[in-house]
Amino acid sequence: MGEFLLVTIQVDMHDQLALTLQDDLTAQITKTGARGVLIDISSLEMVDSFIGRMIASIAGMARILDAYTVVVGMQPAVAITLVELGLSLPGVRTALNVDRGMKLLVTLRGESIEEDDADNAEA
Amino acid sequence: MAQNESKIPRVVEQFESEILADWTNVLVGTMGRGGGAISESELRSQAGEFLNLFRRALKKGDLDNIEGSAWTDARDMLGNLSRSRGSQGFTPSETASFVLSLKRPILTRLRAAHEKDTEGLANDALSLTDVIDALGLYTTEIYQTGREDVIRRQQQDMLELSTPVVKLWDGVLALPMIGTLDSGRTQIVMESLLQRIVETGAEIAIIDITGVPTVDTLTAQHLLKTVTAARLMGAECIISGIRPQIAQTIVHLGVDLEGVTTKASLADAFAVALKRLNLTVTKATNGHTHRA
Repeated sequence: MGEFLLVTIQVDMHDQLALTLQDDLTAQITKTGARGVLIDISSLEMVDSFIGRMIASIAGMARILDAYTVVVGMQPAVAITLVELGLSLPGVRTALNVDRGMKLLVTLRGESIEEDDADNAEA
Repeated sequence: MAQNESKIPRVVEQFESEILADWTNVLVGTMGRGGGAISESELRSQAGEFLNLFRRALKKGDLDNIEGSAWTDARDMLGNLSRSRGSQGFTPSETASFVLSLKRPILTRLRAAHEKDTEGLANDALSLTDVIDALGLYTTEIYQTGREDVIRRQQQDMLELSTPVVKLWDGVLALPMIGTLDSGRTQIVMESLLQRIVETGAEIAIIDITGVPTVDTLTAQHLLKTVTAARLMGAECIISGIRPQIAQTIVHLGVDLEGVTTKASLADAFAVALKRLNLTVTKATNGHTHRA
């Protein structure tokens, strides 16, 4: 989607899948020069600490590769689980649905063109 | 205590009407003192029914075991009776004395029947006491269970009542919290808030804690968890209604509310929410309605 990558997770993530996703995504970001990654986890019903950490680290890697990550559509149960696990995913931006996530990415992109690292402090 | 020695079943059968008369007199007497939420005729019919079942149970089965099948009818009737007494607002002792007051009339008849046989009288008196006491205990137990059910239901009602999520504007939810926040409540609050965020697609949720009497570290932690969970789903939380004492407590406790927008009043929080949504409130020129 333009200069953004869209990742939709449709199945329950298991550990190997998460690692593959991490590899693929970083490779794709470098290859396409994407400036934003949108991860849609609205069909994800269950998470464990590993997947939670994975999401955080994917966001971190994307940031290093100069792309923003927005996680969208997290289910209430998933959010509660992550919080109970003590994973508040600092630095990961979130939005309610893909639409809002896209808008957020566009805004972030706009800001980063104007002011290169204005967001670093906030993140 | 062999069955053939006991005169209880025979005495009860023989003098049923006299015992009933004595018993209802005692019952009506106690009722008069207690003020009575139950009519005399109702009481009489209940007493008659129970004595009838009691007699049948005595005839059928052993006296030592009221858990047995012979006592099923009598137990059921007592159970229903004490449940209804419980909901009618009788005290436990009033409820239990329904059965316990049966002891004296039967004992009087037993004494007459045994005449000089003190051994037999003592034995019968013992077993009668056992049975009636067991029935009395059973009544109290049922009464207690009934009460506990009421308490549990009220607790549940309270949980549901105290956690409404209201919509203030398109995309703005408010959660006025009232009462002490414990883990169970916070869990329900959190779930209902997150569920509503999904349903309405709200971007901003205002948690108003004006009605929360005290904040301790645990409460603050629960609040932070809710805020974080909402953030993970892509909604922003504003905490409002922080009273001066609570602000002091939070600082003294060293709770880190950084990264959470806090406002003193719900109105302030709502203003912030409108601003985030790029909405403004203006005064209408021709009327006194406000529109955003």
